[in-house]
Amino acid sequence: MSRVSSRLQGLDFQQAVVYFGFLAIFLFFAVTLYDDGFLTQRNLTNIVLQTAPATIMAVGLVFALSAGEIDLSFGSIVAVSALSCAVALQSFPLPVGVLVGLGVGVAIGAFNGVLVAYFKLPSFLVTLATMGLFAGIARSMTNLRSVPVMNDTFTGLFGSGKLFSIPSLVIWTVIGVAVGHLIYRHTRFGAHVLATGDNPRAAQVSGIKVARVRLYVLMICGGCAGLAGLLYAGRLQAAKYTLGESDLMTVIAAVIVGGTALNGGKGSVVGALLGSLLMGMLNNGLILMNLKVSDQMIVRGLIILIAVAVSLRDTSR
Amino acid sequence: MSDQDVLSLTNIHKAFGGVVAIEDFSLNLKAGEVVALVGDNGAGKSTLIKIISGVYSPTSGDILLDGQKTDFRDASAARANGVEVVYQDLALADQQPVYMNMFLGRELTKGPLNLLDKARMRQETQELVDELDVRIPSASSTISDLSGGQRQGIAIARATHWASKLVLLDEPTAALGVAETARVEALIEQLKAKDLAILIISHSLDQVFRLSDRICVLRRGKQIGVRETKSTDKNEIVSMITGVA
Repeated sequence: MSRVSSRLQGLDFQQAVVYFGFLAIFLFFAVTLYDDGFLTQRNLTNIVLQTAPATIMAVGLVFALSAGEIDLSFGSIVAVSALSCAVALQSFPLPVGVLVGLGVGVAIGAFNGVLVAYFKLPSFLVTLATMGLFAGIARSMTNLRSVPVMNDTFTGLFGSGKLFSIPSLVIWTVIGVAVGHLIYRHTRFGAHVLATGDNPRAAQVSGIKVARVRLYVLMICGGCAGLAGLLYAGRLQAAKYTLGESDLMTVIAAVIVGGTALNGGKGSVVGALLGSLLMGMLNNGLILMNLKVSDQMIVRGLIILIAVAVSLRDTSR
Repeated sequence: MSDQDVLSLTNIHKAFGGVVAIEDFSLNLKAGEVVALVGDNGAGKSTLIKIISGVYSPTSGDILLDGQKTDFRDASAARANGVEVVYQDLALADQQPVYMNMFLGRELTKGPLNLLDKARMRQETQELVDELDVRIPSASSTISDLSGGQRQGIAIARATHWASKLVLLDEPTAALGVAETARVEALIEQLKAKDLAILIISHSLDQVFRLSDRICVLRRGKQIGVRETKSTDKNEIVSMITGVA
């Protein structure tokens, strides 16, 4: 019984890390950067707006990691999706552009997924390769040129617009996290994802179609990256091959800090949201501190290292 | 009805390429009967379990379940027909709660969105573990927090819950201590009382003699013989297993 309760405390601790970390960093910046305007509503809203694409990517990654897979290619999918969407919007109406953007994301995810699920290749290597492959495709699609997005409805819907004075990027974040959480925690598919990551053989002999689960989680990752691409394109009113390029480390860190196990079977969509906001806050605070870019990178890297170490402390048993 | 065999294996033969794993095996099981499958390592016991549970198809021979000829494509097909297996490695998802393991792959849902009915799964699990006297802290406990005996209890309870005809047990107490073994054996007695047919693989002859009605001996894929447990003794079974008279 004491073993059980100590384990429960361990679980609480792991899940509480992201809340405490969030609070600690928030308070730290609130005090030290008060005069620099960290606490202004404008700055706080900005943090949420800037993290919206990363949060959506993080939701997708929770599914992949929980199923025991990983996706390293989502940053490249963001760029290819955003560019495809922007190009489509130049000659087609809005719904076509949106469908192209999302469809490209899901299709690339399916490409990853088929190689992993049916050709039995490790997802780490598959997506490491497709990360490079689609980064190259993104560069060659428009010869490194950025593509402007002139469609005002699109930029309103996915970027600067508001609904009842709530910024659309906040709404997308809420929808993405809510739908992700619902599927992850409250559907049979979510349960099958967790079982597949936890013990694939047990899942298999229990009649769960393990290969199909692996395919679907990578498609979800691709679809989320596609949506993140639309959000970038909407906010910046342009698509470029660099979109998503620098998100890999941030998003993985956000998801891990949020309580999702790297080796599957355990995770949290809401935790990933908090992890993502934490990363956004960190970015924002370090910029307000007027650190050089190189120093920002060093400090951010160290803090992520500490955060990941702390949140993984108990899972190695 | 009770006279009819739940499981009937006739002239089962299984070869992997040129290697013969099971040769001309025949066995009948009735409801409420425990048959022990014994033999040395590599005698073909696990292969036989896998054939009955649909993991392998026999090269030749017939499998009848309740008198119906069956040809299971995979383990799911066998499960759909009331055959459950308790695997040696238990096939539990360690980081999930007990109730999710109990309903693994067969989760209950509710409402128009088909959302998981966790409350009902938790409640049914609690009722089941109470009925079978599997002592765990709660149906919501995480599997990795449980002892080996408790985990084995969950795996057997799961098989009981879903099996309508036949339970196959592969070394159910191999990793357990004395007290835990006794509890699992009590659990198996309860399955028997529920009129399920039970086929159990065990290396412990003491256990075999405690639990079984009949003992079937395999040696190098060959069926050496079947004995009534009451009318045989350990010496006979050991010499059948080893082939030394």
